[in-house]
Amino acid sequence: MFSELLSPVLWLGGMALIFGCILGYASKVFAVEKDPNVPLIMDVLPGANCGGCGYPGCEAFAVATAAGKANIDDCPVGGSAVAEKIGEIMGITSDGSQRMIARVICNGTDENCTNKFDYYGVSDCKEAVIAMGGNKSCQYGCLGLGTCERVCPFDAIHVTKDNIAYVDEEKCTACGKCIDACPKIVIALVPASKGVHVDCNSKDKGKEVKANCSVGCIGCKICVKNCPEDAFSFENNLAKINYDKCTQCMICVEKCPTKAISGDSTKLKINN
Amino acid sequence: MNSLFIILLSAILVNNFILVRFLGICPFLGVSKQVETAVGMGAAVTFVMALASAVTYIIQYTILEPFGLAYLQTIAFILVIAALVQFVEMVIQKVSPTLYDSLGVYLPLITTNCAVLGVAILNIDAQYNFLQTVVHGVGAALGFTLAIVLFAGIRERLETAPIAKSLQGFPIALITACLMSIAFLGFQGLL
Repeated sequence: MFSELLSPVLWLGGMALIFGCILGYASKVFAVEKDPNVPLIMDVLPGANCGGCGYPGCEAFAVATAAGKANIDDCPVGGSAVAEKIGEIMGITSDGSQRMIARVICNGTDENCTNKFDYYGVSDCKEAVIAMGGNKSCQYGCLGLGTCERVCPFDAIHVTKDNIAYVDEEKCTACGKCIDACPKIVIALVPASKGVHVDCNSKDKGKEVKANCSVGCIGCKICVKNCPEDAFSFENNLAKINYDKCTQCMICVEKCPTKAISGDSTKLKINN
Repeated sequence: MNSLFIILLSAILVNNFILVRFLGICPFLGVSKQVETAVGMGAAVTFVMALASAVTYIIQYTILEPFGLAYLQTIAFILVIAALVQFVEMVIQKVSPTLYDSLGVYLPLITTNCAVLGVAILNIDAQYNFLQTVVHGVGAALGFTLAIVLFAGIRERLETAPIAKSLQGFPIALITACLMSIAFLGFQGLL
């Protein structure tokens, strides 16, 4: 009676014990060396899995960072705050990369820019472009049909009433999804700390720009001549700012005859 | 030799584990959204079933039967299979990271899969010898793979098919599985 009860208990228990020992031993013998930093880095990452860093998801980025393949400040969403934390884990310091944000480099609102026809098609920039490049007279400008708004995972870009996309600088993480989605490529990444921007994307000659849009860059080069820091260059009939040189003195903003250069003086105070 | 072939064919088609015996339905519905993952799952199941068949055969005839513990078959087999899968997972992770990347995620899913336990118990019930046991295990797993891959192929197309809203998702998947099962009934007269 007693042995009938005892023998299955012993046999099963013994088998379980042996398996347990084998598994315990195997876990030591076959232990795969995983970088202990990976879970730590995962914890500080935003976990949005947006792919802005170029890796498929936050975990892949964490593995690459721990292996030294990715830079600690490659996460555009987390910015310098996350880079600092990863730096603490990895024992290296961030090189203080500046936070970037997306910016729609066009100010061609309904008021400023004329239309060449009325568009009644699908309300999507990619569709509108098929119809003669969209209804804006300027073929480089923002169509304002909100393709970028729909792809933004952070609710950071919106089309205003004037039919132009506008980036919410607080929410933007520079993941670059809107830039990929924009058929006009009128969105660019700019340093978040800088307040002076050329808000025109037109590569047309000055005369054509002037006919289409009241705030376009007409290529007068007044900004290039007047900039004390020599921060402007001129290519494809368009003024271009070198953000490293710009000190946000606002001279170009004042001198620009078409107001194509915008200046946000609040950022000047933040920086100085 | 002839009997081995019959066992293999009957396990794949006539007594298909999913569509005729209704074992392993959980992964059949859960991991069949894409053909690629279905193939991965099928490969992992094939691997585990072949190993589990062999190991449970040894346990049955060296430990359970001689000591009159045959009534502990089910619980002992669960123990063996679970430990085996864990062990295999560890070995693969160390020895072949590439194989682990393709199979690894599916292995823990099979630990307590009823199809694996089912094949082990069916082997004993049919009183196969060792070679027949392994062949039956492999055949059953190939049948599982065949069913899940076919099903995943159909489900991929169902994604884009115009289906009434009330039937979208699992309802149409279950109806599909049912029709496939009826189709496999046609193999009954094969052997």
